[in-house]
Amino acid sequence: MTAKTIAIARREFRALFDSPVAYIVIVAFLLVTGWMFFSTLFLRERADLRVLFTPSLFSPAMLLLIFAPAISMRAVAEERKSGTIELLTSMPVRDWEVVLGKFLADFALTAAAVLSTLVYAITVACIGDLDWGPVISGYLGMLLFAASLLAIGLMCSSWTDNQIVAFIVALLIGACLYVISWLQFFVPDFIAPLVDYVSLSSHLSNMARGVLDTRDLLYYFTLIGGALFIAERSMAHQHA
Amino acid sequence: MTEKDGLMIDARSLTKDFGPTRALADLSFRVKRGEILGFLGPNGAGKTTAMRILTGYLRPTRGSVHVCGIPVAERPVEARRRIGYLPENAPLYDEMMVIDFLRYTAELREVPPAERDRRLATIGKRCGLAEVLGKDIGQLSKGYRQRVGLAQAMIHDPDLLILDEPTSGLDPNQIVEIRELVKELGKDKTVILSTHILPEVQATCNRILIVNEGRLVADDRPEALSGRASGASIRLVLKAREGELDAAEVGEALGGIEGIREVQKAEGEGAGTLGFVLRDSAGADSREAVFGAAVDHSWIVLDLHREQVSLEDTFRRLTLGEQEGGEG
Ligand SMILES: Nc1ncnc2c1ncn2[C@@H]1O[C@H](COP(=O)(O)OP(=O)(O)OP(=O)(O)O)[C@@H](O)[C@H]1O
Ligand SMILES: [Mg+2]
Repeated sequence: MTAKTIAIARREFRALFDSPVAYIVIVAFLLVTGWMFFSTLFLRERADLRVLFTPSLFSPAMLLLIFAPAISMRAVAEERKSGTIELLTSMPVRDWEVVLGKFLADFALTAAAVLSTLVYAITVACIGDLDWGPVISGYLGMLLFAASLLAIGLMCSSWTDNQIVAFIVALLIGACLYVISWLQFFVPDFIAPLVDYVSLSSHLSNMARGVLDTRDLLYYFTLIGGALFIAERSMAHQHA
Repeated sequence: MTEKDGLMIDARSLTKDFGPTRALADLSFRVKRGEILGFLGPNGAGKTTAMRILTGYLRPTRGSVHVCGIPVAERPVEARRRIGYLPENAPLYDEMMVIDFLRYTAELREVPPAERDRRLATIGKRCGLAEVLGKDIGQLSKGYRQRVGLAQAMIHDPDLLILDEPTSGLDPNQIVEIRELVKELGKDKTVILSTHILPEVQATCNRILIVNEGRLVADDRPEALSGRASGASIRLVLKAREGELDAAEVGEALGGIEGIREVQKAEGEGAGTLGFVLRDSAGADSREAVFGAAVDHSWIVLDLHREQVSLEDTFRRLTLGEQEGGEG
């Protein structure tokens, strides 16, 4: 990581806060997770943090599925639209520094939203005792899950100068990877593990249970690395 | 080939195709240190495309560019360190404050941290940005945007400045200021600028390239292009009392003068006058000979003066000529 990557990330981060997206994401995330947390607390009369991490149809992970493309859609697409990409590429920066810088900014915002829910964990820890193990692995899973979606979003953003297109394509890819695990009951047995492996959500479920497996980590890191690599390639391709 | 020879740009047979459109066709030129090069051409001639190739934003379909001896395609980052670039229409981050934006570009353009504040102050003053440093770029008028664009291009004190229409949107005072700035920069730097304002290139540049339909149609000093080399024209008006002077005879006599290439009958100054436009051959000044002939024939000279062929004429001839040829 270079000073220039950090400079790009810093600018990008501030730009995110110049639009309402950043505030909407943080507030919505806190509200939804808060509602889920307290409803289980009062309905079931027990504080369970696992609901926060377990992917389902209505879960914080589902929110990220929508928010991550909304955060990352502007990354490259907006620079293409406004022409500032020409300015940026006339500076002595490498394409990967640009991609990485933008990714870091998007990740910082998303991580802030995700980690803001730590207030609930701390609440639980104050009320009774909290088994921090699954909480930590749950948060780690959530951050990796979010990072993967952001990387996919950034990749889509690098393909177009239209933010809406970037958003929709990223949402589609993310949604497919999210729901594909549900298919494992309908496909032949020998494909089922494969379907399970490519699914974004099944790895998150593992980590929400407190299981830290290198296979899950490897999955997320491959996805992030792969998407960012493609983004870098398509940045380079614009010179053609 | 290298920087020691003072060769700042070496562009060789640049060709650029956008699908079926050929934006540049085999364009070659070299630029030496200290040159201020004006890039002229009608809309769509390929000026912006050429500049984008020089900065490495676009890759040529064929051909190569060396900047300060560095091959742009192979070592783009190294080449960009030497270049300050103002893209057409000055695309900038609208949501940023001017001062933040300049700091950001100083950082990306590798101005050493210790020097940043000093550079920012110098550049801010030079580009007349003092009053707007705290404003959002999106709120600036077009001229101020242009100045911010110029400031970011110069912030790292580059050897080579590439400016795509730097004075578009500026007021006349500012145009003069930029002109002075460019001239001053040209003393120890190299500047390439494109523009549609011909008097501007004449005032600032010491070399002009004219491109048309992606091809180089002229590469010369401004004086040369504005007529000296191709010959100037002499305007002559004689007094002609009724029946005393015959235009054809006078024309013939004028044609016999040494150094006169061509004689054209032209508008006089109303009744009782005869007008002519005479073309000098290159480098000659035949006014004296014309005056001599007038004395010999006892013509009464009402007007005798030399007219420079303007850069505009040359520009129109070079860039419209091909179209006319194509139609004919
Ligand atoms: N990205 C692109 N895709 C397709 N065609 C392009 C692209 N960029 C430029 N062209 C075409 O290349 C040609 C040269 O364009 P260019 O912008 O270089 O002209 P210019 O000399 O800068 O014109 P102007 O004086 O209007 O700025 C034009 O025919 C233009 O339509
Ligand atoms: Mg142009």
